[in-house]
Amino acid sequence: MKLATFKKGGVHPSDMKSLSNTQPIVRFPIPEELVVSMSQHLGAPATALKAVGDHVSKGEKIGQASGFISADVHSPVDGTVTAIRKVTMANSVCCDAMVIKPDETQTDPFTKRRDYSAMTSADLLAEIKDKGIVGLGGATFPAHVKMTISPGKTVENLVINGVECEPYLTADHRLMLEKPYEVLEGVMICRSILNPKNTIIGIEANKMDAVAVLNQVIKEKGYPITVMPLKMKYPQGDEKQLLKSTINREIPSGKLPLDVGAVVVNVGTAYAIFNAIAYSKPLFERIVTVSGECINKPCNLIAPIGVKVSDLISFAGGFKTEPDKIISGGPMMGFAFFDEDTPIAKGTSGILAITDKKSYVKTACLSCGRCVAACPIGLQPTKLYAMITHGRYEDAMKNNLMDCKECGCCSYSCPAHLDLVHAFKTGKKMGRKK
Amino acid sequence: MRRVSSSPHFHSGASTSNIMYSVAAALTPSCIWGIYVFGFRALAVLLVSIVCAVLSEYLLGRISKEMTICDGSALVTGILVGMNMSPTIPLFIPAIASVFAIAVVKWTFGGLGANWANPAIAGRVFVFFSFSSVMSSFKLPRTLQAVDMVSSATPLSLVKTVLSAGESAGQNSLQILANNGYLATPFAQKIQSATGISAYNVDAFFGNIPGCIGEVSKILLIAGGIYLLCRKIITWHIPVSYLGIYAILTWIFGGIPYGLGFFHGEVLSNLLRGGLILGALFMATDMVTSPITHKGMLIFGAGCAFFTFLFRTFGSLPEATSVAILIMNIVTPTIDRFCIPKRFGEEVKQ
Repeated sequence: MKLATFKKGGVHPSDMKSLSNTQPIVRFPIPEELVVSMSQHLGAPATALKAVGDHVSKGEKIGQASGFISADVHSPVDGTVTAIRKVTMANSVCCDAMVIKPDETQTDPFTKRRDYSAMTSADLLAEIKDKGIVGLGGATFPAHVKMTISPGKTVENLVINGVECEPYLTADHRLMLEKPYEVLEGVMICRSILNPKNTIIGIEANKMDAVAVLNQVIKEKGYPITVMPLKMKYPQGDEKQLLKSTINREIPSGKLPLDVGAVVVNVGTAYAIFNAIAYSKPLFERIVTVSGECINKPCNLIAPIGVKVSDLISFAGGFKTEPDKIISGGPMMGFAFFDEDTPIAKGTSGILAITDKKSYVKTACLSCGRCVAACPIGLQPTKLYAMITHGRYEDAMKNNLMDCKECGCCSYSCPAHLDLVHAFKTGKKMGRKK
Repeated sequence: MRRVSSSPHFHSGASTSNIMYSVAAALTPSCIWGIYVFGFRALAVLLVSIVCAVLSEYLLGRISKEMTICDGSALVTGILVGMNMSPTIPLFIPAIASVFAIAVVKWTFGGLGANWANPAIAGRVFVFFSFSSVMSSFKLPRTLQAVDMVSSATPLSLVKTVLSAGESAGQNSLQILANNGYLATPFAQKIQSATGISAYNVDAFFGNIPGCIGEVSKILLIAGGIYLLCRKIITWHIPVSYLGIYAILTWIFGGIPYGLGFFHGEVLSNLLRGGLILGALFMATDMVTSPITHKGMLIFGAGCAFFTFLFRTFGSLPEATSVAILIMNIVTPTIDRFCIPKRFGEEVKQ
């Protein structure tokens, strides 16, 4: 069978998923202390609603969205606010965070299922907003903003992203295997909000077991959803590449999926939406893959937001060997950070401890053209690199630097080990300034 | 100690030195064949060019405090210079070629990655025009004749001489070779009587012809090229476009100098002669001096093919491939400037 894929560019890194893809999802115990950041989403940070000494209950709103593109933050535990301090997240964002000390006894108020069949799509959207749902694929774009369709636009295709193309990560894979009913019901809730003609779930071909499980549930329930296995190729899970592969549409430069009549929702987000609607459960925990060749027992955990990375790592058996890098997210686009007390956030799909495969010995550019062949956007990374290193930021902007989404394919394939993505990040900042 | 750096934290493992040593490995079988058929003299030529190239790289690296000796690029240049020399050449000529290649062509423009022409080709062309006669006197391989030190013309140059004398109306190059008593191995003659493929082509394919050290054995060069393709060190674009367009041009116009008219060119014979295969697989594919886009590579290959055909068929010197590649090296920045890949989402399909 020929699998659907995108044509332009892409690379084939070793997927490293066998470390953790057979590990069932385990619930992480309540830690001694949580550090809940007020900025876990794309957009304006939330405003803290609690002060030091206040008691918070599980699922209570502790951060209020401040602006249209923003999201509420909820407490993952019953506990007491012991401090409000600045925290630096793995992606180097520095923001206010609430330090919560959990109570001895914890309640579980989100076990009662409610009947939501009478809710209109406006009610559903309001509920999604109220429960602080953001895109869990990594970009953490507030879900209610994404699903609010401006008048005059229609959604033809709802594409569910179950690709998980980053190496090591298995959180979405395990979720689809273990919670297929919940995920698909979440997808159906999205359907009732957006009224799309087609609903497609894209899954990379290294997860054929998940394809089979989902297909079985779809058949059983009679859902109008198609599951589409996709070829293994990074960055298959990027919005632009996913829409090209599934519905053969190209999002023009600077536009959104909605401009080609599509909305893309991650499977993790669909699951969070299901929990928000069916159990009124806010987004205060998520599935995190803790993996990497330096981790003793790689695993997939349901962890409360705000738990420290060091707690997750010791739960996973600590380090087998001393890692060179600790990464939040996947190895292609994730962030390396040094402080193991950094808390996880809504967008943290994985914590990886790896040995460094990057060489820091650079040679001159050979103009071999591998970066050009690998770029899924059709840019010429080597030329942009030359412009940026010579300070010609405006030229780089003219050569569509802003279209670069830092997927890392160019740096991955560069035999000269040039820091192409690093240069592009710098170039974008400098170019915007001018 | 934890490291912090920008993403990606993953790498394909490709490296400059890996590429260079792979190219060197791919060239080795053909060199060994050259040494086998032309004797230890060929080994001396190869050693002189390699040592001179690497030594120049080392000294210039010391002067500019930028040590690039370990990346293997000078080694590849040295091997290519040696492979492009006649086995009977006085040893100072490959030395000059190597030093010129590294010191003038590569380093004056900034070293690896900044040279405007393939150093090995520029080195060869430089000594060719300086020492034309010794550069174009060759000896027979031991497989053709056991007696050593017989100087001989290559098939290409013999045919060219006969053609310019104007005594061969209506004969193609294979007939000219046969009428002038050109030698063929008994093995090739056996294959000729069995399959009908000309013995001269069989000999050219297996490397039983006079020529430069590294260019004679086409089968080993092709094997090396396939190795590089499989390792994804080179892409198919330049060799296929180069050899393909050359074959088409030869088929259409190649018969004209022989008085045979259009569509009577000898494709196979011409592909197997001279340094074409070596050039198309190993020298035109030099990354630094070829375009970065696949479209640009196809244009580059076509340009190489056109000039090779032009110089070989209608030119007076037996120097086509390297001059053609040199010209296209110069055109490369222009090709890169105009071959801009199509951006994702540029044309929206509705």
